[in-house]
Amino acid sequence: MTDWIHACDTSDIDEEDVMRWDHGGRTFALYHSPDGEFFCTDGLCSHEQVHLAGGLVIDHLIECPKHNGQFDYRTGEAKRAPACVNLATYPVKVDAGRVLVQV
Amino acid sequence: MRDYSLLGEDGRRAVESGLAAAQWYHTDVPRKEMKALMQRSDAPAIRDTLMLYGAMVLLAAAGIALWPSWWSAPFWMAYGVLYGSAMDSRWHECGHGTAFRTAWMNTVVYDIASFMMMRNPATWRWSHARHHTDTYVVGRDPEIAVMRPPEMARLIGNLFGLFDVRAALGRMLYNAVLGVHPEEKTFVPESEWPKVVRAARVHLSIYAAVLALALAMHSIVPLMVIGLPRLYGAWHHVMTGLLQHGGLADNVTDHRLNSRTVLMNPVSRFIYWNMNYHVEHHMFPMVPYHALPKLHAAIRHDLPAPTRSIRAGYAEMWPVWMRQLRGEEVFLKRDLPATARPYREDFHAAALGTTQ
Repeated sequence: MTDWIHACDTSDIDEEDVMRWDHGGRTFALYHSPDGEFFCTDGLCSHEQVHLAGGLVIDHLIECPKHNGQFDYRTGEAKRAPACVNLATYPVKVDAGRVLVQV
Repeated sequence: MRDYSLLGEDGRRAVESGLAAAQWYHTDVPRKEMKALMQRSDAPAIRDTLMLYGAMVLLAAAGIALWPSWWSAPFWMAYGVLYGSAMDSRWHECGHGTAFRTAWMNTVVYDIASFMMMRNPATWRWSHARHHTDTYVVGRDPEIAVMRPPEMARLIGNLFGLFDVRAALGRMLYNAVLGVHPEEKTFVPESEWPKVVRAARVHLSIYAAVLALALAMHSIVPLMVIGLPRLYGAWHHVMTGLLQHGGLADNVTDHRLNSRTVLMNPVSRFIYWNMNYHVEHHMFPMVPYHALPKLHAAIRHDLPAPTRSIRAGYAEMWPVWMRQLRGEEVFLKRDLPATARPYREDFHAAALGTTQ
C-alpha cells in the first residue's frame, strides 16, 4: 500500500487554482476546485510536456499554458485538442488542513 | 539556403540542436496577476461577434441591393475585409479557445471562420500549435509567412489571396480525395486524420454548391458573398499578419526577438482582435484578446519598445527584405530594455547583436 504524502496545506492553493508539487523525482499538479475539493494529476501536459501549474483552472478543467489544451483534472480526461492523451490522476484526501496525496 | 520544408534538413537539425520544442523565455508575472489576466468571459466576444456578423449581413444586403451598380463597390469592400480578414483573427482566437468562456461558442465561430478563410479546421489547429511550439524555427514552423529570401510576388499577390487561395483549394481537394498530406502528418496526430478529411469534404461541398448556384443564376453575386471575399478582402489580414514576425530573427527561443508588437488604430484592432500585441500573445497564449492591452502594460518593462504604427512596421521591414533579397544574412535585432533579463545567449548571440 502506497503511503499518503503531505503535499501542501489547504491554504496554499486558492480556490479554482493549481499549484506545482515535486516529489520523488517526479512533478505533479495539485488543484483546488471551485467547490472546495482537492485533486492531483501528473504535472506535465501530455501534449508537449509543459507544466500545467502555469495554466488556468476553469471550473473543473485545467488549461495548458502553452497550447490551450484542456483536461478534466478530476479524471485526467483530455477535453480539448491539442491534448489527446489523458493525464494520470492520484488519490487525494484532506486531513486537518493538510492535503495528502497517494503517489 | 534555408530549407523550410517540414521534412527537410533544417527541421532535422533543429531537433538535434534542441531548438525544436525548446523552453521559451517568459517574463515573470505574479501568479495572482496572471490568473486575473487569463480569466475568460463571454461578454466581450459576444458583443464583438454580434457587431461583426451584424455588419456583414447589412453590408452584403446593401451590396446585393445595389448590384451591379458601382455604388455597391464600397459595401463589398467593407464586407470583404470583415470576411477575408476579420475571420482570420476569429479563427485564431477561437482556435486557442480564449475568445469565449463557453467552449461551444469558440467551436462554432472557429468552424465558420475556418470555412471562410479556406483553412481546414482540423489541420490548422495543429499547425498553429506547432507555430507556438517552434515559432519561426526553420523546418519546424508550418506558419512562417515571410521566408528568407522573401518571395515578394507571393507576399504582394496574397494581399488579394492569390497564392493562399490557390494553395488552399488544392489542399482541400487533396484532403477530400487522397487524405492527409505527408507534411501534415508531421504535426497532425493520426487520431485526427479522419477529421481532416471530413472537414475538407464539407468545405468542398459548400463551395461547389455556391458555384453551382452562381452558374444557375448566371450571376457572380453568390460568389461575392461566399468565396471571393477571401480574395478581395484579404489585404488587411495579410498587412497585419506580415508584421507579426516579418524581418525579425528566426531560430531563437525568445519571442521578444522574433515577434513584433505594433500600436494600431482601433478599427484595425477590432478586425485583428488585438493580435497587434503579438509578443504578449506568444509569451502568454492563454490570455484572451480583450486582456492583451492590460498584459502589455504589465510586462512592457521587459519587452522591446513597441513599433509605433503599421507604417513604422513596414518602414523597418522593407529595407531588411530588400537586403535579404540580395542574399544578405540580415534581420532586425531587437533592443531589450536595460532591465530585461537576457536569455539563452548560446542561441541568441546574433539576434541580440552581441556578435558580428
